[in-house]
Amino acid sequence: MTDSIVAEEEALSGFRAQTPMDRPKTWRLYWRRLKKRPAALVGSIIFCVFLFLAVFGPWVAPSDYQAQNVKVRLDAPSLAHPFGADQFGRDIFSRIIVGTRNIFLIGGFGTLVAVIIGTAIGLASGYVGGASDEVVMRLLDVLLSFPSLLLALVLLSTVGPSNLNIVFVVAILYIPMVARVVRSMVLDLKNKEFVEAARVRGERRSYILFREILPNSLPPLLVEASMRFSYSIFLVASLGFLGLGVQPPSPDWGLQINEARTFLQIAPWTLLFPACTIALLVVSTNLMSDGLRQVMLPGGGRN
Amino acid sequence: MEAPRPVFEVEGLYIDYTTELGVFHAVRNVSLAVREHESFGLVGESGSGKSTLAMGAIRYLASNGKVTEGSVRLSGVELLGLSGKELRELWGSRIGVVDQSPLSALNPSIVIGKQLAEVARQHLGMDRSAALGRVTEMLTKVAMPDPEAVMKRYPHQLSGGMLQRCVIAMALMTDPSLLIMDEPTTALDVTTQAVVLDLVADLKHEFDSAILYITHDLGVITKICDRVGVMYAGEIMEQAELHELFKRPRHPYTLDLLGCVPHFDPTPQKRSLVTIPGAIPRVDELPHGCIFGPRCSFVEEACKVARPPLAEVAAAHLSACRRWQDVPLPADHLRAATEAVRGAEVEGVRPEVLVKAEGAEVHFKSARGLIRGRTARLIRAVDGVDLEVCVGQTLGVVGESGSGKTTVARAIVGLTPATGGKITLHGKLLPRPTGKRPRATLREIQMVFQNPDASLNPTRSVGAAIIRPLTLLGGLGRQAAKDRAKELLEAVSLPVSYFDRLPHELSGGEKQRVAIARAFAAEPELILCDEPISSLDVSVQGSLMNLLMKLQVEKSTSYVFISHDLSAVQHLSDAIAVVYLGHVMEIGDTVRVLTPPFHPYTEALLSAVPLADPDVKQKPIRLGGSVPSAMDVPSGCRFHPRCPRCLGDICREQEPPWRDGEGEHRVYCHIPLSELARLQAETLVLAGEERGA
Repeated sequence: MTDSIVAEEEALSGFRAQTPMDRPKTWRLYWRRLKKRPAALVGSIIFCVFLFLAVFGPWVAPSDYQAQNVKVRLDAPSLAHPFGADQFGRDIFSRIIVGTRNIFLIGGFGTLVAVIIGTAIGLASGYVGGASDEVVMRLLDVLLSFPSLLLALVLLSTVGPSNLNIVFVVAILYIPMVARVVRSMVLDLKNKEFVEAARVRGERRSYILFREILPNSLPPLLVEASMRFSYSIFLVASLGFLGLGVQPPSPDWGLQINEARTFLQIAPWTLLFPACTIALLVVSTNLMSDGLRQVMLPGGGRN
Repeated sequence: MEAPRPVFEVEGLYIDYTTELGVFHAVRNVSLAVREHESFGLVGESGSGKSTLAMGAIRYLASNGKVTEGSVRLSGVELLGLSGKELRELWGSRIGVVDQSPLSALNPSIVIGKQLAEVARQHLGMDRSAALGRVTEMLTKVAMPDPEAVMKRYPHQLSGGMLQRCVIAMALMTDPSLLIMDEPTTALDVTTQAVVLDLVADLKHEFDSAILYITHDLGVITKICDRVGVMYAGEIMEQAELHELFKRPRHPYTLDLLGCVPHFDPTPQKRSLVTIPGAIPRVDELPHGCIFGPRCSFVEEACKVARPPLAEVAAAHLSACRRWQDVPLPADHLRAATEAVRGAEVEGVRPEVLVKAEGAEVHFKSARGLIRGRTARLIRAVDGVDLEVCVGQTLGVVGESGSGKTTVARAIVGLTPATGGKITLHGKLLPRPTGKRPRATLREIQMVFQNPDASLNPTRSVGAAIIRPLTLLGGLGRQAAKDRAKELLEAVSLPVSYFDRLPHELSGGEKQRVAIARAFAAEPELILCDEPISSLDVSVQGSLMNLLMKLQVEKSTSYVFISHDLSAVQHLSDAIAVVYLGHVMEIGDTVRVLTPPFHPYTEALLSAVPLADPDVKQKPIRLGGSVPSAMDVPSGCRFHPRCPRCLGDICREQEPPWRDGEGEHRVYCHIPLSELARLQAETLVLAGEERGA
């Protein structure tokens, strides 16, 4: 009897050494969960590599993205040009690296504006409720009912393609989606006891919205933002492909694909590599946002 | 005399769980035996491993759970060696399980009759009509009114009590050898609980099943169990026959659990409750020696060395305590471990009235159909409530769920603004919605909410949560607020180190302490406590009630204490309001309300409360059905459809008068008080054995 107790105690003390007595803080917990999900981890790492390229692209690119060299026109991938060269003999690898920044800036700012405005609309509409909420949400439904690419084309062809305009188009397209997510969080949270406790002590509406409700909507909002970002990359690339994006000679992935279409038969790499890059970024961002969802909202929304 | 052979035997059972943190030994070396017609109760706080033990014994465990050692026999058949297929066969035909939530035990899209018949067809091999016949028979046995009609209904069309009866009928369909009931009445109202408990007690004799009954409620145990095992952190600490366990416990844990439960005592002197310091240890952080050692008031050095085995200390009485001989009688322990909180009030001197509600109404409009333009129906959640809260006193508000007791509190605080009537504070009319109240008024009324998990902002630290009302309502500076917040943490018996913790790092009881500290931070005159302890373990409930009483004495704050738990309400309250369907049925000083004459509704509530004392005989008054919808308030006396003392037409047609009793006591009933007293004299509800010190 005593032997078994002693043995059990030993087993337990060994076990205790692995579990720290203090419960890990939220972010440490997220990190621990992330480490257990290889797909999310790989996605996040790839995303971080792209982020690095977006910031430091021009300095890490092996050659000048604008330098034309007629001798290497449409050359196959080689050591000097890992992804080959395009119709002007420019290094595709460098152009992709330098182009990363554009897509991050436009997609990123577009998403950011959408998140900020969408959050504001969602917070206000959800908290106030009633008829005004109904009106706002139906208006957003109208926006949602257009196919996004079509709406983007219509808007851009009216205001003209410029980086700033694309940012706003991306924002307009994604505001309804962000607003819906935030609103659903607000509806869930606004009748929680801690919000009622705040009302009982006479907090102002803005305090309740921004200090009580918003911080608790952050995890789903972050997940939504990362998903919107991955969609916006695709959208910006599509617009570039259609000639409504970044204007030449700036490096742009969509534009690169468009220009390379003509050479598909003789130099498929001119199209393949930019296309694969877009796919890689979109997939990795998706993996990351899926990972974020699992890490931050296990069980679908409960902290 | 030969005792009947046990049907269900568990010997030396060990159950492990493998989680991302490692292997947990959730149940260790547990043995028990249940005989035919016998019901064995497993009690313990949450996390003590009761459900794991029961489900593990029949090998119904999650995929990460595993029985590692021991033996389980059902009618002599060893369960641990069976294959998956054999087990499934056995589960369906020989074992019945009744869970806490009847709604999730039944498929919402299949009618009751078909669903129950499925069991008979599957496991008894009956054809359709025979199976349906069997269902009717079973529903009749569980005292279901109109079984034929019930069989055609979907689960959502039945009340909780009726659903639980259906689940019990389903579990008993195959006449199983073992019936496991895991907190089957916890989710039900007291009145419904009493009906279901009566039923289980009857079924025990009618069926041959051995019952393993799991609950945290010592009162419920006394109603149906013959023998009881007290579980703690995965082990059985004490096991004895029901009467013996309650009257002569031989383990300090049992003794403390008994002391945590408030006893019915209609005298105004209040004693604190026994508290158990600390919390149940996690199974991976078990202490050396006796696992209850760190929380035990009888602990000695020797207790910390070796873990005492569960040994026979008297006939059929097992205890895992070295010092079982030193464990005192419950009454003596109660006297020694508790203190008088409040003396008797001087008769005749009534404190000033703080909050007064006169004819308070909260009516909502139900959603109106858009197309057919039906007129919106009125939901009369609170329908003319008169009550008074005196300075420094507690008004308890009791009633079944759906009686509108929470809405009354919300109307007082303004979260659900009253739509009619007057609510005054110090004689001054309160603006109805919170938003319209000036800061000085807001400060006077604070609230403690029911759900500890939702009452604190998950992203805000404990300190920040308490500081906010101090700076906002108390007008304190940053540093002063911080110091005061730390004092408040100490006042609610939490270590100051909790200041920077986030709510998810706290247990339910600790969160509720923070919520209480936050409510007190504004130094209000009135705190509305909306079922603040209902979702917590008994030992935690006891210590929170002590805390509330201590703070009330210190700060002379008034409380409105809302609960469906009459024992808790009578323990804390100076006056009690009994609410039914948005209207007060009886109101008065606690002593008056708890002694005859009662309103028939109060009488029924009192008969239904499961008292944690096997010697008390309660009246067999049971209420049928459930509280009607506040959209269809019955005519005349709103309680008449369920009233056991209904007089007939006068109750159906006329609103009853208020009848004034002795002292502060009013009853809303057609029957005169003298007549009520005569009718109710024959049985006494209260146990009068150990009154006062």
